[in-house]
Amino acid sequence: MPYKIVASQCTNCTACEALCPNQAISEKGNTFVIDPDLCTECVGHFDDPQCVAICPIDNTCVIDSTLPRYAA
Amino acid sequence: MTDLSLENARTSASDEAVVDISDVMQKMAEHKGCGTEGGDGKASCGSSGGPEDMPAEIWEKVKNHPCYSEEAHHHYARMHVAVAPACNIQCNYCNRKYDCANESRPGVVSERLTPEQASKKVLAVASTIPQMTVLGIAGPGDPLANPKQTFETFRLISEVAPDIKLCLSTNGLALPDWVDEIAKYKVDHVTITINMIDPEVGQHIYPWVFWENKRLTGYEAAKILTERQMLGLEMLTERGILAKINSVMIPGVNDKHLVEVNKAVKSRGAFLHNIMPLISAPEHGTVFGLNGQRGPSAQELKALQDECEGDMNMMRHCRQCRADAVGLLGEDRSEEFTTDKIMEMEVNYDSEGRKAYQQAVEAERQAKVEAKKGELDGLEAAGDIKLLVAVATKGHGIINEHFGHAKEFQIYELSSSGAKFVGHRRVDLYCQGGYGEEDALDTITRAINDCHAVFVAKIGGCPKAELAEAGIEPVDQYAHDYIEKSALAWFKEYLAKVASGEVTHEQRGDAAIRQGALLNAG
Repeated sequence: MPYKIVASQCTNCTACEALCPNQAISEKGNTFVIDPDLCTECVGHFDDPQCVAICPIDNTCVIDSTLPRYAA
Repeated sequence: MTDLSLENARTSASDEAVVDISDVMQKMAEHKGCGTEGGDGKASCGSSGGPEDMPAEIWEKVKNHPCYSEEAHHHYARMHVAVAPACNIQCNYCNRKYDCANESRPGVVSERLTPEQASKKVLAVASTIPQMTVLGIAGPGDPLANPKQTFETFRLISEVAPDIKLCLSTNGLALPDWVDEIAKYKVDHVTITINMIDPEVGQHIYPWVFWENKRLTGYEAAKILTERQMLGLEMLTERGILAKINSVMIPGVNDKHLVEVNKAVKSRGAFLHNIMPLISAPEHGTVFGLNGQRGPSAQELKALQDECEGDMNMMRHCRQCRADAVGLLGEDRSEEFTTDKIMEMEVNYDSEGRKAYQQAVEAERQAKVEAKKGELDGLEAAGDIKLLVAVATKGHGIINEHFGHAKEFQIYELSSSGAKFVGHRRVDLYCQGGYGEEDALDTITRAINDCHAVFVAKIGGCPKAELAEAGIEPVDQYAHDYIEKSALAWFKEYLAKVASGEVTHEQRGDAAIRQGALLNAG
């Protein structure tokens, strides 16, 4: 299950984009999006998902439960 | 208290890590003579000092910088470019989600710029406003959490407009990592927001910091932050980069503690301390706004600033502006310079014209200093009497604003040592903030209720009578004259009336600090 960004909450602050170890985050229209094919939930890189840790608005970078869990 | 042990731990840690700080402090002490020992009425460097109060090299750095020199802010303008949206900490007085176009407070912008757009904007503004001497990067996040954008912007601007001073404002967490880069781009003014030196206090201000790829919370978060801030400040001092410290005064949380903060930053060579009132209107949606944390009253703020002043130069003219503000402090012309507009503008950078303007400003400043001389004679009659007056001004140190047009009043304290600028009060209209329905005049009397008189260029009959009734004397006979000279002339007349028994000197009450969103910035 990769992470996704709740568009209505995103402030476009760009903080997550620079931190993502997989370059999975990019700007699209008025928000940022996570490419589910690239997101590894930061497994193997960091203990905490970086987008979640830096996001200034709680519950904005969240698990996308519609997709299968990332397998290393 | 953990204060002292923390202090010791930090000092020894930084001694090992960097160089002998005492050596640097010795050098800083050479310019410490200014301001701090002249009694509280004397002009102090930084906040209100002139060339006679500080070494030439320091004066050279601050004289055209409105955020570092109270005196300069009457004459020079600054602009902020919003190239740094990301932030690496969370503060309880900040809410990044809220961006009302009419909003005026730090952390808020209307549009994010690329370094290229920012550079174009700086040129466009500098060509339109010759008094624009300072370019700052203040967010809306933290400039050093966006190092690529921040330093690329500095690089581009220093190439095309080398006469513009560069500065930045940071929370300090990443500062030690970037001090050398800051020095490289000749950024000679750095502001650090320091609200505490004790993590016990800090944990109530900062819910988290992002550190080494982790979100730290509570005591641990505040501990890292204060250590990095102190180290960063010491590193700036070692390199001769002027540091201003901003502190947000949060009653019941850090208000008393800020005296300790003041001592800690002074001992590490900070040049100027700016204690600002908390902005916490509930509609901003900040933690402090939602949990009912109040900001200080005008009297509480001034008392704290006065308490710290004996130790250090205090800044009292801060307008807590937006991260994309343009113009003189207290005005915002950012609407004239939106990205769409600047991309269409023909930009002609006239460095000769700018120089000529700035020379004219210097002549004007000299005239002002001359006007002040002689007015100090006879003030000994004041004895212990100290009082505040409000002034309606559009700038240049002159009483040149109509009472009814004033969006803010400047406050001067008059005493046996002269006239001292001690702050400003916003009286403009707000879309929210709790005073929406009230009469405009009530708003003004509430904001300057602690003043004995208000100096204006012009005032109508009605407000004149109402002000007098509220115990605030409207004074219009000094229209278009210098503020300090006029205020002191009035003060002497007042003292004469007190001496003759015509009036009885009484203390005035407290005044409110207005908060909330700006309804009409234009």
